[in-house]
Amino acid sequence: MDILNAVVALLNFVIIPATAYGAQLALGALGVTLIYGILRFSNFAHGDTMAFGAMVTILVTWWLQGMGVSLGPLPTALLALPIGILATGLLMIGTDRVVYSFYRQQKAKPVILVIASLGVMFVMNGIVRFIIGVDDQRFADGERFIISARNFREITGLDEGLAFRTSQGLTIVIAVIAVALLFWFLNKTRTGKSMRAFSDNEDLALLSGINPEKVVLVTWMIVAALATTAGVLYGLDKSFKPFTYFQLLLPIFASAIVGGLGNPLGAILGGFLIAFSEISITYAFRKVITYLGPEGWSPDGLLQLLSTDYKFAVSFGILLIVLLFKPTGIMKGKSV
Amino acid sequence: MKSMEPKHLALFGLVILLYIGTGFFQSWNTMLSILNMGLISCIMALGVNMQWGYAGLFNVGVMGFVALGGLASVLVSMDPVEGAWGTDGALRILLALILGAATILGAILVWSKLPSGKIRGLAVAVILFAGFFIFRAVLDPGVAVVEAIDPALTGNIGGLGLPVILAWPVGGLFAAGAAWIIGKTALGLRSDYLAIATLGIAEIIIAIMKNEDWLARGVKNVTGVPRPVPYEVNLQQADWFLALAARIGADPVTFSSIFVKLSYAGLFVVVLLALIWLSEKALNSPWGRMMRAIRDNEVSASAMGKNVKARHLQIFILGSAVCGLAGAMMTTLDGQLVPGTYQPLRFTFLIWVMVIVGGSGNNWGAVLGGFLIYWLWIQVEPLGLMLMQGITAGMSEGNALREHLLGSAAHMRLMTMGLILLLVLRFSPRGLIPER
Repeated sequence: MDILNAVVALLNFVIIPATAYGAQLALGALGVTLIYGILRFSNFAHGDTMAFGAMVTILVTWWLQGMGVSLGPLPTALLALPIGILATGLLMIGTDRVVYSFYRQQKAKPVILVIASLGVMFVMNGIVRFIIGVDDQRFADGERFIISARNFREITGLDEGLAFRTSQGLTIVIAVIAVALLFWFLNKTRTGKSMRAFSDNEDLALLSGINPEKVVLVTWMIVAALATTAGVLYGLDKSFKPFTYFQLLLPIFASAIVGGLGNPLGAILGGFLIAFSEISITYAFRKVITYLGPEGWSPDGLLQLLSTDYKFAVSFGILLIVLLFKPTGIMKGKSV
Repeated sequence: MKSMEPKHLALFGLVILLYIGTGFFQSWNTMLSILNMGLISCIMALGVNMQWGYAGLFNVGVMGFVALGGLASVLVSMDPVEGAWGTDGALRILLALILGAATILGAILVWSKLPSGKIRGLAVAVILFAGFFIFRAVLDPGVAVVEAIDPALTGNIGGLGLPVILAWPVGGLFAAGAAWIIGKTALGLRSDYLAIATLGIAEIIIAIMKNEDWLARGVKNVTGVPRPVPYEVNLQQADWFLALAARIGADPVTFSSIFVKLSYAGLFVVVLLALIWLSEKALNSPWGRMMRAIRDNEVSASAMGKNVKARHLQIFILGSAVCGLAGAMMTTLDGQLVPGTYQPLRFTFLIWVMVIVGGSGNNWGAVLGGFLIYWLWIQVEPLGLMLMQGITAGMSEGNALREHLLGSAAHMRLMTMGLILLLVLRFSPRGLIPER
């Protein structure tokens, strides 16, 4: 029986990675849910928006690195992030002007907007592949660990190491800041309040003199900021590969729907729910159980419920369960 | 082709010209390759058109249904692997699958029979949990046995050794089964939910096919799927074929390849024509009118006593089955099953471009879109390269930007497809051949 080591192993392999991943999903799902709440369609181009934002940030990071600029222990990408956000925001607003605003004025059915977003997805995917290629790109620099496994073992004298990577710490801190800013904006500022009003009841909002174009503009900027941040954090934590960003679409949508589409709090909850389930169901618990069991005993199997290749199946399974039993999500979302 | 306007016939003429031009300017072999995949694309587009065009269902899991069709052609036509079918191997896997299905059925039964409350939830959870562990306990040893059989060559259960043509309807059945499960859960909810559910199931089907080596060798791929048409090598040695080649004055090697492709094309054309005929009949029948009525106004259709959910489920299954059929045909044409090649952009979203561009709700539109877009998909790459060569002609050899532009020309096709979709959706939202 070695509870301390078991807890450390659990922290190291499940809780910390899942928290970081959950924060990334939550940021992604917030973007999806905002678009859904205000523009009223499911944006299939969201994964590629994240990829685009991350790509711009990576390019600027490389340029900064080439100039010899660095943030010391922190990754240089943080300096480049605002430029990435700005570029993505401009692209989003441009896309809205060229593509989406037409269908909005036509009062087209939401599904038409979804199909338009498929076209946007193709184009953005093409742009990203065209500029940066399809390969893995690494752009993380600075200190790799806040606590490395070796240091942890030396300090605590435990057998089990605990690694806390800078990218994980940053993800959590930045996600908290981003979410706090978002909620402050939505609840305290005039523009934020008008966004919420617009989301709740479009006609009433228009009647009370809210400028819909401004609401849309601000929404796209916020979505660009959230998507770029999520994309860069995911890229720092894992690595940047355009196709993985496209695949993130599924867990992100699952998070948003599970939490209740259109509900920002729900998106955050959904992100963490999906991330924790994905990682704990695909983690092999053998090590943890070995520590918890009697001395010198270890379980036969890996104690892994599903192989990691099925992580999509986990988000999908949760999504199905929620759709079957509570179609509006855990926290009540809207349904158009 | 009754009541088809001259303008639409001209569009078909244009597409035929594109294909003939490919034959003259590139080679007839290339043209036939594009044509064969074009025929298969048309069938997929017909399937999606049934769901979207007739009923307004938004299915973005086409890739999964296509892959299931491919799986069917392996499971039906490959020879059974020797030694796998002992009681320790494939039979054990089969038993595990039956147990798994029984668990889920049991859970559903308990859920529907017991009164709602904490006990019901607990009972279902216990059944599912216990069932999962029993399933794994039965499955895993069987998988280990099967995957240990000559892993470099087989390591899977093989198939039934039946003619590969039989796999085509079976592929449709596989896809229909998957569609039934998704339809039961996600239809009747909002349209976006069906989209996400289908997107998810497609990814899971591919994940299963990549990772379950016992099924169809996973990423080790299955090659040498039997053909419904003769092999080139055999043709080149057959007297009648050599005589035929001599009569028309063709090189036997090139001609054998063209002959094989033509045979495939013949088979595919038969399937396509049959499907078009059936779809046209269905669309113009009372059933087709009911479908469109439901699509255009669900509320009034259900007020007229139509069971909207059941009809949606029906058309969703039918359309998916057509995609599965096309998937089985494609694997037959390729002669191999390579799970890694199933990409959503290619097998889901490209089919959508075909349907939207061709004209949703119109079977001929879907066919036109299938031929046109597949041709473009193949030809945009060389065209993009030519464009890039034109742009970079003035730059010096070894210029970094020049290298990058030339190297990235291959990615032009995604952008082009996206632009085509957006342009058609904006300026001609009903497609090239609109619904009548």
